[in-house]
Amino acid sequence: MDQNRTSRRSFLALAGATPLVATVLASCGGSNGPGQASSDEASNWILTGQPKEGIRQGAVDDWNEAHSDQKIVTSAFQNDAYKAKIKTAIGAGQAPTIIFGWGGGTLRNYAESGLVDDLTPWLQENPEVKERLFDAAFAAGTVEDKVYGLPTETVQPLVLFYNKKLFEQVGAQPPATWDELMALVPVFNAAGIAPISLGGQSRWTNMMWLELLFDRIGGPELFESIYNGTPAWTDPAAIDALTKVQDLVKADGFIKGFASITADSNADQALLYTDKAAMMLHGTWTYGGMKTDGGDFVSSGNLGYMNFPAVTGGKGDPMNTFGNPAQYVSISSKATQAQKDIALAFFKDGLLQEKEAEAYINEAGEVPIVKGIDAKFAGLEDEEWLKFTYDLATNAPSFAQSWDQALSPTEAETLLDNIEKLFGLAITPQQFAENMNAAIGS
Amino acid sequence: MSTSVRTAPSSVPAKVPAAAHTSTGRLGWLVLPALIIFVAFAVVPLIGVFVLSFTSWDGIGAISFTGLTSWTAVLTDPGLPHALWVTFLVIVLSWIAQTPLSILLGVFISGHQKYRALLAVLFFLPLLLSAAAVSIAYKALLDPNFGLGPGLNLGFLTQDWLGRPALAMGVVIFIIAWQWIPFHSLIYQGAIRQIPVSMYEASQLDGAGRVRQFFSITLPQLKNTMITSSTLMIVGSLTTFDLIFVLTQGGPNDATRVLALDMYLTGFRANQMGLASAIAVILVVVGLILAQLLQRIGGKDRNSQLEGA
Repeated sequence: MDQNRTSRRSFLALAGATPLVATVLASCGGSNGPGQASSDEASNWILTGQPKEGIRQGAVDDWNEAHSDQKIVTSAFQNDAYKAKIKTAIGAGQAPTIIFGWGGGTLRNYAESGLVDDLTPWLQENPEVKERLFDAAFAAGTVEDKVYGLPTETVQPLVLFYNKKLFEQVGAQPPATWDELMALVPVFNAAGIAPISLGGQSRWTNMMWLELLFDRIGGPELFESIYNGTPAWTDPAAIDALTKVQDLVKADGFIKGFASITADSNADQALLYTDKAAMMLHGTWTYGGMKTDGGDFVSSGNLGYMNFPAVTGGKGDPMNTFGNPAQYVSISSKATQAQKDIALAFFKDGLLQEKEAEAYINEAGEVPIVKGIDAKFAGLEDEEWLKFTYDLATNAPSFAQSWDQALSPTEAETLLDNIEKLFGLAITPQQFAENMNAAIGS
Repeated sequence: MSTSVRTAPSSVPAKVPAAAHTSTGRLGWLVLPALIIFVAFAVVPLIGVFVLSFTSWDGIGAISFTGLTSWTAVLTDPGLPHALWVTFLVIVLSWIAQTPLSILLGVFISGHQKYRALLAVLFFLPLLLSAAAVSIAYKALLDPNFGLGPGLNLGFLTQDWLGRPALAMGVVIFIIAWQWIPFHSLIYQGAIRQIPVSMYEASQLDGAGRVRQFFSITLPQLKNTMITSSTLMIVGSLTTFDLIFVLTQGGPNDATRVLALDMYLTGFRANQMGLASAIAVILVVVGLILAQLLQRIGGKDRNSQLEGA
């Protein structure tokens, strides 16, 4: 009786523990299913979200039609889900042939572990591929002078969007300086309009504010020194930027409830085009979405845009910007030679060709990283916007890469975690700086 | 496991003929399929996780053994006691929210009143939905700008539900309860139906009212069921992950960062598999302790509470 009871009990206990282990297991495995191409087909994972999802798919479809013996299979994933999935897939040796990403620290991680192929020799054999793309786009795809990520798609600087109708309603001008921006906060709040829309639950959205404040106050060299390992988060300029952001939060500058709004659902954009919020700092990639979803908001000229305001007395050039210099495609070192050959052939003759580039201009309102592309803007519906983006990206004395992409994934996660707490007023600027200094090099 | 089966007949009442002993003894192989799956998918990964907790691994590169580094880092991280506390809150609050309602609903759907079957089906619906789908739906409903409250112009529903720590925790508890109460009601319904009607009839003769019957017959008779249901609830709450992951990602300000989520974020967001494995081991240990504890509470009085048994 006793023995029986004990064993039954321990079995139950073990049974109770099974779900735990199952969770661990479930999160470890599972990159099978869609996207697993047979060994003579290359696989390619793309991001969802129209209109760009259709453009990416269109380029692959055109390729497959013309090259029935070199097929590429695609699977589409949502942005945040993709970032988690690709990491797991690569770690498990189940990566797609073509690895899409944003370069920077994550790509460095892959390159150092020998998981992606060095594209430098291929680029030397095919100089025409490199020559037609923006030179500045290659930096974030390069690790120790070797190109591991071929830049593609579009250049995406950060822009301060604003709702012209709401600015007219309160009789205000777009802010040229940080002080003007702060002065606008009570004006909009008094009119029952949220001054700034923010999808705070996504965290990297909050980060954009810090990136530009760091740049305007301390200049691009402030974050560069942090990137290179100097514990400069406690620098007076950094503390000033962190304090300014908290001042904006405390003044109710961001919409009420921003901590529960996500950017993946585009709710932050919706706040701007439904006249609930007056301003939004975001990447140029949101333009296409607002044009598609916002009714006549964009076409009737209600969407205003400008570079981030200057900070009086700051060291940074107000022409500087942040964002994604490009997106990047790499080749998995685990792919078969046949798959690699298909992918390279696609990179050369299928990716970002004229039709795809023009689709980015016409449908998404983004600037592809193809030299001389500005010649195609003339007469287009979005001509003014495209020219603005092109000039912003090409004339910026410094176009820095988003922090969470530039840093290693571990350091980036600590950063995003602390940014959420900074915006939630759970920690002081000083605590933020100390936490981040402690995480440098992790 | 097979030994337990062989000794099992000793607990069977003596009236079973002796021949049965030897014949059940040969049925030990019946446990094999379950055992193989259990070892392959539970014991082996568990050992793997334990080994990984002594390493440092970013999930993609080489694994290097670093001794107790991960353990020191996890145990000195103020995030661990916080995650344990949040997990404890989820367990306790979920139990408090779910148990009384499940019992009452169970009593209701075990009766024979009009429309009972229809209502029982309606109550059962939330259980059929996946946690991710439920979270996405609630997230949309609770949106402070485009959700149910602003849509219907209801001020009290227009809150920053997922943006304020206490509210977010409340929402998480509510949704867990909303989804799991039907399941526990079902367990209670079955148990209540097993209570002999004669007990109620006897008490009626003694002049007991409905409330008295509930507290003096129904509740005591449900003791073993309560332990089963509580075990499922507690272990379930301990490992709640999907719902919180989709709903709040552990925010705001880590207010809903339970241990299981902490493990995931450490491993798959921050690429620190060593640390995540150490957290996983802690999670397993906590789970085992809780399960043992509950078994011990229930173990004192294992005999059936049924009349005449």
